[in-house]
Amino acid sequence: MTSASLLVQILTGLAGASTLFLTGAGLSLIFGVTRVVNFAHGSLFMVGAYLGWTAGEWLRALLPGSAAGFWLATLLATLGVAALGALLETLILRRIYRAPELFQLLATFAVALVLRDGCLWLWGAEDLLGPRVPGLTGALSVLGVPFPRYDAALIVIGPAVLGLMHLLLTRTHFGVLIRAATQDREMVSALGVIESRLFTSVFAIGAGLAGLAGALQLPREPANLGLDLPAISDAFVVVVIGGLGSLPGAFLAALLISLVKAGCVALGTVELGGYSFAFPRLTLVAEFIVMAIVLVVRPYGLMGRPEGALRGPAASPIRPEPETPRSRALWGLAIAALALLPWIASASPYTTVALVDVFCFALFAMSLFFIMGPGGMHSFGHAAYFGLGAYGAAIVLKATGWSMMWGLLIGPLAGFVGALIFGWFSVRLSGVYLAMLTLAFGQIVWSIIYQWDAVTGGSNGLTGLWPAGWLSTRYPGVTPNAAYYLLTLACVGSAVLVLRRVLDAPFGLAVRAGRDSPLRAESIGINVHRIQWMAFCVAGTAAGLAGVLYAFSKGSIAPDLVHVGRSIDGLVMVLLGGVESLAGPLIGAAAFTLLQDSAGRSFDYWRAATGAAMLVVVLAFPQGLAGLARSIRGRAKA
Amino acid sequence: MTRTAGAPPIVEVRGLRAWYGPAQILFDIDLTLERGSVVALMGRNGAGKSTTFKAIMGLLGRVEGTIRFEGNDVRGRPAWHMARAGLGYVPEDRRIFTELTVMENLAVGRQPRRDDAPFWTPERVFELFPNLGRMRDRRGGEMSGGEQQMLTVARTLMGNPRAILLDEPSEGVAPVIVEQMASMILDLKREGLSVLLSEQDPGFAGAVSDRACILDRGQIRFDGTMQSLIASPDIGHAYLGL
Amino acid sequence: MTRPATGLASGPVPLLSVRGLARAFGGVQAVRGVDFDIGAGELLALIGPNGAGKSTCFNMINGQLRPDRGSIQLARPEGPRELVGLAPRTVWRLGVGRTFQIAAVFGSMSVIENVQMALLSHARELLAFWRPARARHRSRALELLAAVGLADQAEHPVATLAYGQVKALELAVALAHGPRLLLMDEPTAGMAPAERGALMALTRQLVTERGVSVLFTEHSMDVVFAFADRVIVLARGELIAQGSVAEVREDVRVREAYFGSGRLHGAPVNTERAA
Repeated sequence: MTSASLLVQILTGLAGASTLFLTGAGLSLIFGVTRVVNFAHGSLFMVGAYLGWTAGEWLRALLPGSAAGFWLATLLATLGVAALGALLETLILRRIYRAPELFQLLATFAVALVLRDGCLWLWGAEDLLGPRVPGLTGALSVLGVPFPRYDAALIVIGPAVLGLMHLLLTRTHFGVLIRAATQDREMVSALGVIESRLFTSVFAIGAGLAGLAGALQLPREPANLGLDLPAISDAFVVVVIGGLGSLPGAFLAALLISLVKAGCVALGTVELGGYSFAFPRLTLVAEFIVMAIVLVVRPYGLMGRPEGALRGPAASPIRPEPETPRSRALWGLAIAALALLPWIASASPYTTVALVDVFCFALFAMSLFFIMGPGGMHSFGHAAYFGLGAYGAAIVLKATGWSMMWGLLIGPLAGFVGALIFGWFSVRLSGVYLAMLTLAFGQIVWSIIYQWDAVTGGSNGLTGLWPAGWLSTRYPGVTPNAAYYLLTLACVGSAVLVLRRVLDAPFGLAVRAGRDSPLRAESIGINVHRIQWMAFCVAGTAAGLAGVLYAFSKGSIAPDLVHVGRSIDGLVMVLLGGVESLAGPLIGAAAFTLLQDSAGRSFDYWRAATGAAMLVVVLAFPQGLAGLARSIRGRAKA
Repeated sequence: MTRTAGAPPIVEVRGLRAWYGPAQILFDIDLTLERGSVVALMGRNGAGKSTTFKAIMGLLGRVEGTIRFEGNDVRGRPAWHMARAGLGYVPEDRRIFTELTVMENLAVGRQPRRDDAPFWTPERVFELFPNLGRMRDRRGGEMSGGEQQMLTVARTLMGNPRAILLDEPSEGVAPVIVEQMASMILDLKREGLSVLLSEQDPGFAGAVSDRACILDRGQIRFDGTMQSLIASPDIGHAYLGL
Repeated sequence: MTRPATGLASGPVPLLSVRGLARAFGGVQAVRGVDFDIGAGELLALIGPNGAGKSTCFNMINGQLRPDRGSIQLARPEGPRELVGLAPRTVWRLGVGRTFQIAAVFGSMSVIENVQMALLSHARELLAFWRPARARHRSRALELLAAVGLADQAEHPVATLAYGQVKALELAVALAHGPRLLLMDEPTAGMAPAERGALMALTRQLVTERGVSVLFTEHSMDVVFAFADRVIVLARGELIAQGSVAEVREDVRVREAYFGSGRLHGAPVNTERAA
């Protein structure tokens, strides 16, 4: 590698940093003022790219060959996405500012689903190739190595926007109001500032920045339906590394990530002591590794402040309902009915197949609930333990040829070990930072699985995972997978029972103590970090068990098992069911799995349908489905 | 400012009921703040004093009954509307913007001039609080508790209010600062402002107020002049724990 | 006064000796070399204006903050034990309980579970995963609740308690492991005068019965004057006076820094007239 090509790599990195910063800056601004972690931010980026494409096509016809056409299209896309942001704020977010932050997350995630299908409907599933920008085509020569002119322009745009934002925030009255509202929005309102107008404009500015980033990215990357998830996870990473609410921090973070990525590419494959390691492969996870390191060293990001983490109205304390004879009878009855199902439903074989999925995800959701509800720790990378269980068992069993029953031990063990390592780091953080660190660990696990072809099968995954013979035998008079179904029911049932006991035991009480008041817990001798770490391990073990059961029910596994999307599914299940009772995650998992299953097979726009359903739930029943059931029961009694 | 005969009270509350989540906190509160007067809302912690202020200010979710500001029904109006109508609010826990400088804190509270209320500029505010004038560019987070307490009041004055809701001005500050707060309230009254303050310390309330209302478990138990409260020690004993 | 004031107890071996304690925050010296002792069974009040360094001192003794300099020694049967550098939970295990200015309790639990939590921790039984917690240490928890007058509320959720009761619960939690020293940060903040008196009377009764020493900060002078055995006064991070209630009351520097003219404070309603 020559110094010239290294320089070009660095410059390419800087160009990438600009769009990364713009997306992150918008997210940071919106979070600062509204305290909403906007999961739909990546979708706004995607809409920006699509709008930029459409406006570009249109203006190219009007102004052929003129650079003004491109920049005008970019401006139109920015304004269009800003308007969309304003619309979303007025229609949806405004109604949920007082809701617990996790419901806000759920709502913005639902918006992301709707926007994604909206793009599918408007622009179709084909990638739309962006224009070449007149005047910025071709390349400059940097020490003899070509460097795209357009990238050079991008390098200038990022710092320029940072400068403008800085002026806006420090030199204008509007900026002072934004900074004040970032700290205490209720007080700002009580001083006569029209809160709703301020929020709408901030949301529009933040959305506009995402739209600008999307439109600017268009000449480098075609508009496509897969832009939203990477954009949102990039933006999260930038904001968290930089420190929530800090624009210079976001800029620094974008630079750091881009340069580390450029460095990885520049290093190429390195021979070290007989091993060869391909650094370019690291680019997939570089940002997450950087984030993990930064958060471990500086728990509030590079330029964040501890008190800037999460404030505002505290969520109501979550108190699991105590067990009563009646509830115990209900649980027993439900399990008995499920155990008899293979005989009852022998005519419709698909029932028990679908229920195996439901059971696996119920345990997955339950394990996530364990650390989220009583533990108060919001894991955004819970699929890691699910995947570690599935892959751990699959790899060991394929290598040794042992019976699948050993997998029931190896899977949970793999989940446990993963949680042991990741949990140790994670419990040192809280709130959004903890959520993002768990997301980082999840992505690291995903990328290892995705890239380690020799062991994990890479993107193809592993196939030929068959349960022990007696489990796959077809018995007369019952559904075809009856044996595996009953095994799953037994495993999941006992795991749920164990989790429930643990929550009622002194350990479970200590977990809640650490969530309710870490201050008080520490001052009565409780080592809060250690208790939370162990809670992570319990949850990881249970998720590992769910993973192995799922893997052997499908016969094959692929990296999407560990993808961030799966972690989010888990969150949606828990939130859909409600975090206030143990039945919540089970109900949520059942509703979500069945809904996705049936909608996904019959309807092109099932994401939008799911998103709309989630929005209805969040806006109308902020207590989740279990809370809805409870209030119906309560009303029936009254 | 002269008092017009027959003009409605500046703040008038009738049959106010308010809830925090499912819990009802206020039960049929009646309260009147006459123009240019200082009224102390007294009662123990948890009696509902702060809730009353928040209900009037439009900071609570569920509120029933009548709230009039200068004769207009304002129940259900958002907080910014109340502030723009001329009602200032000083919360109990200071809540200054710690990241902003003194001048920026004042700028957040700034509202246009009002004909019938004193007009405040930063310079005029600094006459009332000379300390603040010496630290214009200091960030709120770097100020002492007493200075922060003054800044919350100063910030509210920048909205040129006609009346102020002052929540627990003496809570958690040193006795020296408490004395300064008392003389400041009397200064504001001289300027023609009406003040509704919540207070647990009878010494402080007695020194600045014309009337007292006693709140106990969400209900008004006494409403009368300061003198008549002083004349009935059993009331103080029953509801204030004196 | 040229000689720096010291808060050294005159009695025999003190329970806690603080020497040269100092701590700065980003260049601001919050506490600058403070010395004082707490005698066994003593109720010592720490008073001073906001920002004088009272909470900083508290948090350093409790282990939440690490001092820049100085030592904090706790007398133990086996000899004095240095507390600097220990975590709050370790300081607690050595017999130092604490209550907070804004009562810190476990909001999702019942009243008795709050006390049981402390008892479980004291018995080192937190890592029990199977047997339900609610049966553990019940009778001991009920005794403690009865001592603070909350026996009838034992099964109520904490959220339903009045603030004065939450304070009493916090006291029960802080006494659960039989501490030898209790740190109380503004124990009566946010309470009505009669409740203040009742809580402090209860505190005095409990600590006398159990032989516990108390260090408390307080803004309410009637409480300090009525309940403190001795008072130490902090201003701008330095100890400016110490002594009996009467001595501190008359101290000129304390009047300037803290009390003011005394025109308003603590005046009963029937002697103060309206303006």
